[in-house]
Amino acid sequence: MHYQVDSWGYYMPRMSMGSDPMERVAKLASESAVVIFSLSSCCMCHAVKRLFCGLGVNPTVYELDQDPRGKDMEAALMRLLGNSQAVPVVFIGGKLIGAMDRVMASHINGTLVPLLKEAGALWL
Amino acid sequence: MNSPSTELTRRMAIYEQFHHISRWGDAFNGDTSPNTGTSTIVPADVSLKNKAEYISCEQVEPSISDQETNKPNDKIQRRLAQNREAARKSRLRKKAYVQQLESSRLKLAQLEQELERARQQGIYIIGASDTGCFGLPGTVNSGITAFEMEYTHWVEEQNRQICELRTALQAHVTDIELRILVESGLNHYCNLFRMKADAAKADVFYLISGIWRTSAERFFHWIGGFRPSEVLNVVVPQIEPLTDQQHLEVCNLRQSSQQAEDALSQGVDKLQQSLAEGVATDLCSGNYRAQMVDAIDKLEALENFVSQADHLRQQTLQQMVRILTTRQAARGFLAMGEYFHRLRALSSLWAARPRESA
Repeated sequence: MHYQVDSWGYYMPRMSMGSDPMERVAKLASESAVVIFSLSSCCMCHAVKRLFCGLGVNPTVYELDQDPRGKDMEAALMRLLGNSQAVPVVFIGGKLIGAMDRVMASHINGTLVPLLKEAGALWL
Repeated sequence: MNSPSTELTRRMAIYEQFHHISRWGDAFNGDTSPNTGTSTIVPADVSLKNKAEYISCEQVEPSISDQETNKPNDKIQRRLAQNREAARKSRLRKKAYVQQLESSRLKLAQLEQELERARQQGIYIIGASDTGCFGLPGTVNSGITAFEMEYTHWVEEQNRQICELRTALQAHVTDIELRILVESGLNHYCNLFRMKADAAKADVFYLISGIWRTSAERFFHWIGGFRPSEVLNVVVPQIEPLTDQQHLEVCNLRQSSQQAEDALSQGVDKLQQSLAEGVATDLCSGNYRAQMVDAIDKLEALENFVSQADHLRQQTLQQMVRILTTRQAARGFLAMGEYFHRLRALSSLWAARPRESA
């Protein structure tokens, strides 16, 4: 495989898979109102899923450990968040909300529910 | 030269004075002279000295005719007074003794708690060095010891802040000054969360166990600390009246907090389940190295949960400050601080309570 250093300074496989992992993430994120990137073994991901289910939301969950391109997407998400933890990551209405702490902070300060309603994930 | 009538009048006055005094059951000191018209009752030390004076004053104006009629009365009065005196002294002695016992018992309970803590620390230090096969560094202990010390100071500062808040609220200081106190209160909690983050790196089990808190606080322990919605339930009734808008926002906050708590709790339950399953793999085989490595990874996730729980606590406090006026927020911090202070006091009393000997 031939790798090329691109403008962000990380290696990308030249051959394709068609889209770079970040693009794939963005694409998947825009396909549903609420998208959660997760790992099936991750308990914090379980917690964030329970949070949304508890609100009456039906999130679309992508388990990266069950996705062939999952590893790359995980790496991309880690860079995106600037975090050692790639998951859980939440997108609402295609927009990045963040990891568990951002999700909880926005729920506590009352901005999460309006966002969910705006994205059509919640009705009243 | 005194005439018998004035003599009698004077004696009657003195007698009334004594009667008055003896009714009160107090001895009077040498300052009180029988010649003064007013009875200056001074609660004096109970002592024989006063009794002697009491008796001697009675004999100041001997007059034969009066002495005969008053003698039996005086004797009875004197005896009654002495009895009352003795009873009073006895009661005071008993009270002092009981108070001494109570305070000693409290002190003993506190010492026992400290000893228990120190023992835990000692066991902790010994225990950590035992697990040398996993290469746990010696710094694990110092992180926890440092936290213990810092937390003691944190509680002292917290108590000081509570008093300051109470004084300020009662003195009706300006909102600006209250604002400063509210900010200090919030900062103080943020400091605690920062301390806990460091302690979690040293040993997350220490935080989760709640051993760093008192027993009553531990009863309410949730993922390494207090439960935000519980604190809201405690504090909100203390800061009424709230506007309708505030009621709505507080209600939403309470609900959001509970939902976040439930989510985190479920995450921890999943972690427990996963850990148990991992450790319990192949129990009948003697070899468990792989399971241990797997378990260590899972335990590291626990740190994340404590971190998120503390984050939730901080967010809830910050949101409360946003919803409330400065004065309400000040009362809120006072209520919250006082609540935990009382739980700590309850723990001490509980430890000091009389118990049946085994």
